[in-house]
Amino acid sequence: MMRGWQRNDGRKGIRNVVAVAYLVECAHHVARQIAGTDPEAAHVIGFPGCYPNDYAQRMMERLCTHPNVGAVLLVSLGCESFNRYRLEQVVRDSGRPVKVLTIQNDGGTRATIAAGREWVAAQASELATQPTVPMAVNELVVGTVCGGSDGTSGITGNPATGLAFDRLVADGATCIFEETGELIGCESIMEARAATPELAAELRASVEKAARYYATLGYGSFAPGNADGGLSTIEEKSLGAYMKSGQSQISGLIKPGDIPPHGGLYLMDVVPDGEVRFGFPNISDNAEIVEMMASGAHVTLFVTGRGSVVGSAISPVIKIAANPHMYRRLADDMDINAGRILDGGATLAEVGEEIYRKVLALASGEKSRSEDLGHQEFILTYKSFEPIGPACLPA
Amino acid sequence: MQRSDTDPRLMLLAADDSVYVLRDQIAQGESITVQGRMVAIPQALGLGHKIARRAHRPGDKVVKYGAPIGSASTDIAPGEHVHTHNLKSDYTATHTLEAARSQAETDQEIQS
Repeated sequence: MMRGWQRNDGRKGIRNVVAVAYLVECAHHVARQIAGTDPEAAHVIGFPGCYPNDYAQRMMERLCTHPNVGAVLLVSLGCESFNRYRLEQVVRDSGRPVKVLTIQNDGGTRATIAAGREWVAAQASELATQPTVPMAVNELVVGTVCGGSDGTSGITGNPATGLAFDRLVADGATCIFEETGELIGCESIMEARAATPELAAELRASVEKAARYYATLGYGSFAPGNADGGLSTIEEKSLGAYMKSGQSQISGLIKPGDIPPHGGLYLMDVVPDGEVRFGFPNISDNAEIVEMMASGAHVTLFVTGRGSVVGSAISPVIKIAANPHMYRRLADDMDINAGRILDGGATLAEVGEEIYRKVLALASGEKSRSEDLGHQEFILTYKSFEPIGPACLPA
Repeated sequence: MQRSDTDPRLMLLAADDSVYVLRDQIAQGESITVQGRMVAIPQALGLGHKIARRAHRPGDKVVKYGAPIGSASTDIAPGEHVHTHNLKSDYTATHTLEAARSQAETDQEIQS
């Protein structure tokens, strides 16, 4: 039975966690100590930079008001440039309990940790008493990434995830796929699925922007392990990654932090606008997961061939093993063995159904493997974006 | 779609693909059947790797999932392993640790 925590903005969370957010790397240790090592107690998120960045501010506002978050402790050093006043106001306006601790004013490391732990413990026991309400599939937001891809990802886990996405979209859920740098070579087949010709042009432009961006950096979104696993080129990796999007019509193009207006399938454009300024768009897989959470993702479907073990703060991650050999080595980390498609143990349709059922199970309270193992990876870095154009979200 | 005169470990993903994908590994020195012809595989290949289904000339598109995944950089015979040594992206070059390692070894030799 799917259930959620009702938020004032109309959304529902499938978790009800206390977020402890550091507002500069200098406050990270204190935030980590406040949260402790118990994954039930609190989840640590944050932004390491000392220089202001509109994107990071917006991402932190979205993440601190994510439906899976019930209360927020902000941990500031005191002299960083992050606008803690505005973040605090946004969280307060959302109806959530919020508190700011400023290490320089609150007596340093030891005293701030003690004050933070006391506040978090009080909030956690309060959250534990909050009632849940029934939740439907069309209230779910589900993202997908692939990481540590190999030649199996594109023929097992990714197309199976695509089938799960088709099923979720048909049920009215919101599904997000992303990493336009891993759609290079897919422009033509993808634009044919756009809801309108104007959206088709925006989809193509987002991939062309990614190709230019990566060309400037000199590397594609392609790691050496991809090649060890049999992938030869970025466009081959792209076609495999593209399979995760399934066959549904594409309803819109969003950027990190944009909340999709209704159910359907959305492409997230994660490559910054303008000149190349802050380096690689997403320096590792968790940066992509964080961006989809900022757009409301309750759950992330993570397909891996080489065997990534990461999870995430705030929203659980479902690990889908594409490669049956890897699954045997890392079974404890994996939720779904899509490698069975290769050795005849299951069909694509069966694995797609299993992924769909797993999403519903997590929204009913079941824990994913990475969640149970205490994984709470989180990373947020500098970027800059222009707002999306009017053609990106057709009515 | 799968031809019976081809090793069952070779999977064809789309009708007009120019490569097969390995659904299981192949040991070094093994001989496999590709469209009725025996081909010796000189090195071990892991699952997910590609074997040429037809002959490619330099510049020919290599097709997988029914779509081009780059261009052949050398002649490729049917049954040959298709990878970064004979297939190049039409977008950005592929960075491998192999290349980084051989570059590091070259640098070492120059220094010593």
